[in-house]
Amino acid sequence: MATPTGITLKELSKKEGLLTSGHRMCAGCGAPIIVKMVLLAAEGPIIAANATGCLEVSTCISDYTAWKIPWIHNAFENAAATLSGVETMYRSLKKQGKISKDIKFIAFGGDGGTYDIGLQSLSGAMERGHDMLYVCYDNGAYMNTGIQRSSATPFGADTTTCPAGSVIPGKTQNRKNLTKIMAAHNIPYAAQASPSHWMDLVKKVKKALSITGPKFMNILSPCNRGWRSRTDDAIMLSRLGVETCYWPLYEIEDGATKVTFKPKEKKPLVDFLKPQGRFKHLFAPENEWMLKKFQEIVDKEWESLLKSDSGRCDSKPSGKAPGAE
Amino acid sequence: MKLKGWKDVIPGAVCTEAGSALKFKTGSWRASRPKWIEDNCIQCLFCWIYCPDMAVNVKDGKMTGFNYDYCKGCGICALECPGKKGNKAIVMEEEGK
Repeated sequence: MATPTGITLKELSKKEGLLTSGHRMCAGCGAPIIVKMVLLAAEGPIIAANATGCLEVSTCISDYTAWKIPWIHNAFENAAATLSGVETMYRSLKKQGKISKDIKFIAFGGDGGTYDIGLQSLSGAMERGHDMLYVCYDNGAYMNTGIQRSSATPFGADTTTCPAGSVIPGKTQNRKNLTKIMAAHNIPYAAQASPSHWMDLVKKVKKALSITGPKFMNILSPCNRGWRSRTDDAIMLSRLGVETCYWPLYEIEDGATKVTFKPKEKKPLVDFLKPQGRFKHLFAPENEWMLKKFQEIVDKEWESLLKSDSGRCDSKPSGKAPGAE
Repeated sequence: MKLKGWKDVIPGAVCTEAGSALKFKTGSWRASRPKWIEDNCIQCLFCWIYCPDMAVNVKDGKMTGFNYDYCKGCGICALECPGKKGNKAIVMEEEGK
């Protein structure tokens, strides 16, 4: 799969994987796919921090760690603050001549640890300008503790703390737009990606890591337990998220927005919702208004994004295999 | 791996061996198993990039099969496999049959 930028799966496959097998994420989870892609995109030594969450508890259980890089977990709310400290120590040691390597810093957090609990420490780290990339894998709820709603949970979704039933029809509020919130910190780079479009994701990580300063990436991470879907559809669902414009792929570099993928034909939102059990109740006749409202929310956000688009759409994210149509 | 008592655990719960999770074989979780049909394989490596468990073996840029010690049988590889002329190179089969 040759591309103008020379990123091919064949070349990537020759790199050492820095997240190993033997981690205990659920079968078919999106998060390890994302971490694998992020680490494959990075060059040179990396130090990672992890907020509490599925990824943290499942990749480092007692004496077993799936990480092949220095990795630190502190608490739920402070992955960004912890990594700020590590990065500051690194700069100090470098100044003192005690370290010569060029090290990249990456923090990982789920939507609970990023949108909600870790928002203050993330905001602080971005404002102070630490040289780090924060990656949020957004699965849209507190999946690790049993599918409680977060501020990333989409409108209408059924979770254990906003259960769809006779009282409420799932979550009645819309999700917040964290990518825009992070961009509002006027950081040099903020982007949204999806594991289905691996090349777009890898390019964005490469670009982010080439920039000095605070960077943020928000990546859609399907969760078959919480989304009530099949174990084999993580990539299919993340692709549908992009094609329905529920999860647009874009980047904001130095204040300029660039939509990196515009679907040829914008699919109706129901294509993304239908395979997920957490939206099952939206297809009941009495909840038809919710489907309509949800579509309106997505349309409005997509149109506003297109309006802010600087018009340069040069990336051609991969979706299809060669010869497969 | 034998479980350690609290006196044997390194303070701060530090793991000193990188990638030690490899000692934990998650293959036993599997309910269905991916089968590779080499004749239909176009070596697109989508199975490799999309595998959440790093259980697709690739050698010199070519897919060579699965690592059943770790494959949890999610089936993402089979769903994403484009195959050749409509014939999948990866199909899921029930485990133990």
